[in-house]
Amino acid sequence: MSKPRTSMLRTLFLIVVSFTSMLVVTPAWADWALNLTKGVTPISHQVYDLHMRILWIMVVVAIVVFATMLWSIIHHRKDKGAVAAKFHHSTALELLWTAIPIAILVVIAIPATKTLIAMEKTADADITIKITGYQWKWEYNYMGEDLTFFSVLAADSRAVVDKTSDAKPEDIDNYLLDVDNPVVLPINTKIRILTTAADVIHAWWVPALGWKRDAIPGFINDNWTYIEEPGIYRGQCAELCGKDHGYMPIVVKAVSKAEYQTWLVETKQKIAEASSGADREWTLDELMARGEGVYKTNCAACHQANGEGIPGVFPALVASPIATGAVEDHINIVMNGKAGTAMAAYGAQLNDIDIAAIITYERNAWGNKVGDLVQPMTIQATR
Amino acid sequence: MSEAAVHDDHHDHKPTGIGRWLFSTNHKDIGTMYLLFSLLMFFVGGAMAIVIRAELFQPGLQFVNPQFFNSMTTMHALVMIFGAVMPAGVGLANWMIPVMIGAPDMALPRMNNMSFWILPFGFTLLLSTFFMDGGAPAGGWTMYPPLVLQTGNAFPFLIFTVHILGISSIMGAINIIATVFNMRAPGMTFMRLPLFVWTWIITAFLLIAALPVFAGAVTMLLTDQYFGTSFFDAAGGGDPVMFQHLFWFFGHPEVYILILPAFGIVSQIIPTFSRKRLFGYTSMVYATVAIAFLSFFVWAHHMFTVGMPLAGELFFMYATMTIAIPTGVKIFNWVATMWRGSMTFETPMLFSIAFIVLFSVGGFSGVMMSITPVDFQYHDTYFIVAHFHYVLVTGAVFALFAAAYYWLPKWTGHMYDEGLGKLHFWTSAVFVNILFFPQHFLGLAGMPRRIPDYAVQFADWNMVSSLGGFAFGLSQLIFVVVVFKCIRGGDKVTDQVWEGARGLEWTLSSPPPFHSFTVPPKVTEESAHG
Repeated sequence: MSKPRTSMLRTLFLIVVSFTSMLVVTPAWADWALNLTKGVTPISHQVYDLHMRILWIMVVVAIVVFATMLWSIIHHRKDKGAVAAKFHHSTALELLWTAIPIAILVVIAIPATKTLIAMEKTADADITIKITGYQWKWEYNYMGEDLTFFSVLAADSRAVVDKTSDAKPEDIDNYLLDVDNPVVLPINTKIRILTTAADVIHAWWVPALGWKRDAIPGFINDNWTYIEEPGIYRGQCAELCGKDHGYMPIVVKAVSKAEYQTWLVETKQKIAEASSGADREWTLDELMARGEGVYKTNCAACHQANGEGIPGVFPALVASPIATGAVEDHINIVMNGKAGTAMAAYGAQLNDIDIAAIITYERNAWGNKVGDLVQPMTIQATR
Repeated sequence: MSEAAVHDDHHDHKPTGIGRWLFSTNHKDIGTMYLLFSLLMFFVGGAMAIVIRAELFQPGLQFVNPQFFNSMTTMHALVMIFGAVMPAGVGLANWMIPVMIGAPDMALPRMNNMSFWILPFGFTLLLSTFFMDGGAPAGGWTMYPPLVLQTGNAFPFLIFTVHILGISSIMGAINIIATVFNMRAPGMTFMRLPLFVWTWIITAFLLIAALPVFAGAVTMLLTDQYFGTSFFDAAGGGDPVMFQHLFWFFGHPEVYILILPAFGIVSQIIPTFSRKRLFGYTSMVYATVAIAFLSFFVWAHHMFTVGMPLAGELFFMYATMTIAIPTGVKIFNWVATMWRGSMTFETPMLFSIAFIVLFSVGGFSGVMMSITPVDFQYHDTYFIVAHFHYVLVTGAVFALFAAAYYWLPKWTGHMYDEGLGKLHFWTSAVFVNILFFPQHFLGLAGMPRRIPDYAVQFADWNMVSSLGGFAFGLSQLIFVVVVFKCIRGGDKVTDQVWEGARGLEWTLSSPPPFHSFTVPPKVTEESAHG
């Protein structure tokens, strides 16, 4: 009996050693991060201090309890001739170890209450940003600035996920933590952040700001932040929101107030340029070229880059009744979505050119050769 | 009920063939079926965990697509909670409560049969969803709307499964309460009950109070989906957060439903192998009652980030912190039981000691998470994944292993293979920490839970965790070998089995007769609980 067991153990040992050595030689991943970030806001510093204080209290309690146990295990064993004592209760002891935890908890509760109260003081903000979660992207609305844009997973990460590129995750800078349009915020400014959602519940979380908050459809949560250091802070959606929950990162770019003002002007200009030309005739080639990009950003997560969908979960567009049928139905579903499914209403999200380009692309890509093209003006007319 | 036609008082008369199991009204046979069923489900859920850890071994998508990954996390939780841990607890209750209180059987034997046999149907329904259009449920075991309403054809099956499992558990709970309240042997007063029985009465009341709320909430999901109601749809005047309140009003008591029987098991085993009576029996009972009572006032700590009013956040923070007090009392009492005992370290004792240490680790991270402002960082990260696996795997599951090793000789009449048992313990105890401890670091470093792929800075600890996971999974095969070896044969054991064991179950033969305590025993203070 002992022989096969030793050989089994040896095999197990070899497996562990070989895997461990693999792990040691793996390049570029040497991160081994252990602890919470201190963050870059007054609140995140308080949260970090609370975290460390409670952690150390717990470590001390653990040492006391486990050391007592260990002492007992070493000394009070039968093979050392220990004879069991007869005691089986002690009111004094039991009161003591009820009272000590209460005292510890009070010591923790006082600073925790203070921090919590500070976190809820959302009044007197200088600017307000409304963040809306969508499956699977974020919309940032700079309230009072007439500036709204979407932020989705960066194209280089997307290509790895969709397997349309041969790159490995470690080849990409900030794999899964980069976006096309970061949300730019000024430093040393009290910023009120409203979160809500358009479809399912999401949660907006940037660890460096010190909190996360759910984005709930039909409700608005308010929070605030005050970033003290310029920099780029990354985060992710933290509430399961469907298939691409892992693929809707957040990038906050904190800049000086002056840079922020310049950025506001430039970004508004860029957005205006992107939607100009909606009133002219577009050629098939123009729409196809634009459509491919817009499709990849907005549609490929479900319907896949090759238009084949995921059988049983997300319908294929290749030779589908919608993409090759009556154009009115196609426009309708893209504009208004489909209730009870993950298909969103893109009419509210994209400009006329982008919607026209998507529909044209879907009707003429991957062997779908309907041949018709949808003009931005047609979309405008349906609004 | 043709089987009931012939009644036989002979102690060892056993029905034969498949009918013995299908129509069984015997608490021991039903208990055995519960335990074997939960072992099977433990491996079904474990296989899903292996898929999850394999996918997370490296960044990038290697084996499954994100949708299937979400099905894996969802189904792993449902199968482990409702298929493995709960039925194992009910199985132990069935087997042990009558022989611990000196009763001939459970009070409601036919209902007992039904509460077991609807379980396999429930799980067939649930697992069949893998082959349906739209795949298995992928919205998380918490079934939050509106996401869960995007489930495909599996949706009504998910709801119906929850109803079936709920009915099964409620029938089991009623049976346990009826048994303990009515069928205790003369002299077995409430304050002489073994702690395993005490923890199970309290668990049974939690089940009866919590499960109907859950059943109601999922029924509201069903009507939202098919009958045009808007309970959880803001567009129709409803509130998606209300579902979370209802769910966790069930869900928090549910975690105590999983862990209280484990407390009971450990309270049986520690005194046996310390050869010393349980320290602070009375305070153990009161602490369990206090935990169960408080469990109805802390639910919203699972959802601090939904945006509650400040007063609500403070209330749920303080209420949650107070749970640490009775839980601490229990830990201290176990340590005090070991103190100045005469200890030996057979497999049940090893698993129980590991339970105390590792459950405490889960308790420490629990106290950290009760602090609302810090929980805003921890929430929905791998930190919480580490926390609840410490309390449920090294907590509940380790206690169930301890129970199995402790009572297997009594059930089968054979001693299990102690060498293999110890091998199972040491491999499990080492690898489970390699599996779950690094997940604390991942969560603190910012990795959200329920993601199929991750940024490369999380790669190192994920690889360590996955290796621990594979090794922990393999180690569980040893347990299966031990169990089946023990059922088939082994050294004969005495009635007493363990030198320090106390309680009525050790006065019966090993294995006990098919019908035991047909004449009730007399219980005195001396022969009562451990």
